[in-house]
Amino acid sequence: MKKMEIPLSENLGHGHLACAGCGAAVSMRLTLKALGEKTVMIFPASCWSIIPGFWPYSSIRIPVVHAGFVTGGATASGVRAALDIRGDHETVVAVWAGDGATFDIGLQALSGAAERNEDFIYICNDNEGYMNTGTQRSSATPLFAWTTTTPVTKPKENPKKDIMAIMADHQIPYAATATIAYPEDLLRKVEKARSIRGTRFIHLLSPCSPGWRIPSEITIKVSRLAVRSRVFPLYEIENGISYTIREEPHVVPVKEYLRLQGRFSHLTDLEIEVIQENVERTWERLTRKASLKLK
Amino acid sequence: MKKVITGNQAVAYGVILSRVDVISAYPITPQTTIVEELSELTASGRMKTVFLKVESEHSAMAALIGASTGGVRCFTATSSHGLAYMHEMLHWASGARLPIVLVNVNRAIAPPWNIWSDQSDSLSQRDTGWVQLYCEHNQEVLDTVLQAYRIAESVKLPVMVVLDAYVLSHTSEPVEIPTAEEVDAFLPPYCPEYTIDTQEPMAFSTIATPDHFLEFRYKIQKAMEQVPEIAKKVNDEFRSRFNRGYGAIERYGKEEADILLMTSGTVTGTSRIVVEKLNRKGYDVCGLKIKRFRPFPVEEICKEIKGAKKVAIIDRNLSAGVGGIFAQELRASLYSREKRPQIFGFVSGLGGRDITPELIEEAIQYTVDHPQPEEEILWLGLKK
Repeated sequence: MKKMEIPLSENLGHGHLACAGCGAAVSMRLTLKALGEKTVMIFPASCWSIIPGFWPYSSIRIPVVHAGFVTGGATASGVRAALDIRGDHETVVAVWAGDGATFDIGLQALSGAAERNEDFIYICNDNEGYMNTGTQRSSATPLFAWTTTTPVTKPKENPKKDIMAIMADHQIPYAATATIAYPEDLLRKVEKARSIRGTRFIHLLSPCSPGWRIPSEITIKVSRLAVRSRVFPLYEIENGISYTIREEPHVVPVKEYLRLQGRFSHLTDLEIEVIQENVERTWERLTRKASLKLK
Repeated sequence: MKKVITGNQAVAYGVILSRVDVISAYPITPQTTIVEELSELTASGRMKTVFLKVESEHSAMAALIGASTGGVRCFTATSSHGLAYMHEMLHWASGARLPIVLVNVNRAIAPPWNIWSDQSDSLSQRDTGWVQLYCEHNQEVLDTVLQAYRIAESVKLPVMVVLDAYVLSHTSEPVEIPTAEEVDAFLPPYCPEYTIDTQEPMAFSTIATPDHFLEFRYKIQKAMEQVPEIAKKVNDEFRSRFNRGYGAIERYGKEEADILLMTSGTVTGTSRIVVEKLNRKGYDVCGLKIKRFRPFPVEEICKEIKGAKKVAIIDRNLSAGVGGIFAQELRASLYSREKRPQIFGFVSGLGGRDITPELIEEAIQYTVDHPQPEEEILWLGLKK
């Protein structure tokens, strides 16, 4: 892969309110570098309703529109329409939504907008739960994980929803996964998304140190192990059919990823085996789809 | 140009003449023909309007909140369940001080399923910070849409224009349609004070602590308090340009009477006939039409009450546990007055049952016959 330069511009300013070791703060910093200053960002309710700061301050140096929880896809459609009416086809409209606002409560508005192929970049900042309200289960929470609504006596019973498959089946021009341990990959994907028109979807995995029960200094390490264990493969889907998977040269057992995190500390070896099988099955399904690519 | 058009077509003409930039809507009976008409009118590409055909009413309002924050003129229409589904976003639109105009075609809320006229949908949104204007006929519908943008953009609050299902929405009447030039002279393009600008980045609808939130709400109240004066100015100008207009309220029949009959929406049209008839028979009654529900025209009503001893008010809506909502607002407005007339609160016509001249006459006769109402809620036309 071509070596890339990370832009020096900083559009996430000092004084933001993210927790120590917040994966999303790193995600945001990198994403803003790739999006550039001619961007407006829409925030459905999430940690990012708070992190940028309280009125009258904002630590984000581009225009920001805070929006209702379920409204990411709809608000972005409206902002895009207004800019187009004003003759501004250049400014990028980006949504920054949590996994709750994407996988759960905002899925309808997102699906509606994707079906209409609205012209914006939708970034799902996935920390695998309702972290802003104190770590409750979402449909992005992984199998057997502890949350405050899935206690260790009855951890989450269902695997994570495959949001990428859902978005790909809307036949949108571009969908990609990315995470902070691979900043060049993340930047390249956001830049690529920026160069395309229509609905673009970026699924960002952002480890959450309080929610995942990990020490704040291992956020990047956990992000890297998510990819190496194939829990979170890095790939792109163009037009719903053309897959590009970043092959991971150092595959590790899922146990290495799980054992670092307090939210999985209750797992038995058997449960870890079930998760391992689940990860392998998901990987196989992904690679099968990728091999179906029309030549 | 005069055309024979339905209330819903009158809405569409009003929207087109207002040069709306972004429309976002979802179908629901009996509002649907507004969406259909606007789809036809915008499909040709003659207009610059963007029409977002969204997947729900919640998204319809959310999309307009995005577009209005982006500094353009916005419109949507809905009814009943659609309006109820928008509820969260109605609060958002006023909280964000966005001059969105929404037309609601009054329809009952299920169950039981019912698609006919009933004001309970719009009136249950009375605390969302929207100005609410009710219409009596199709001409008023078109004209109120035009006026709504002037009011909304002056006070930075959203405005809901309300008309009755079927009685207006699907009934044709002759309507004078002003020319685009005439409307352009009355309604200049929208110039937002703040908007999305990458040269001057701002954060919209940011979180505010208890240190500031109260003041945000205080400002909304102050903006609401400006509405009576601004709406009057707008209507005066409208009248001077188009030779017709509508106050927050309108008295008809006698100058002053012992009994005042208060109505809203199309019930007023029927009441005019009844009041005229009863006046000829020697009844001391006059009529008062209430157009503006929010902010409630307290001052205007108090002026018109004059020496009236009794007020008969007909509500085509119900707040279960209390009664008619207009009656409730009226009682609250009159409480601090020294001389308070007796309030006869009639509830009638829910779910689209006709409020006939006979029923209205019955209400007036009851008011004449009783020194005070026997019950807090007087059910008119109830099958026993």
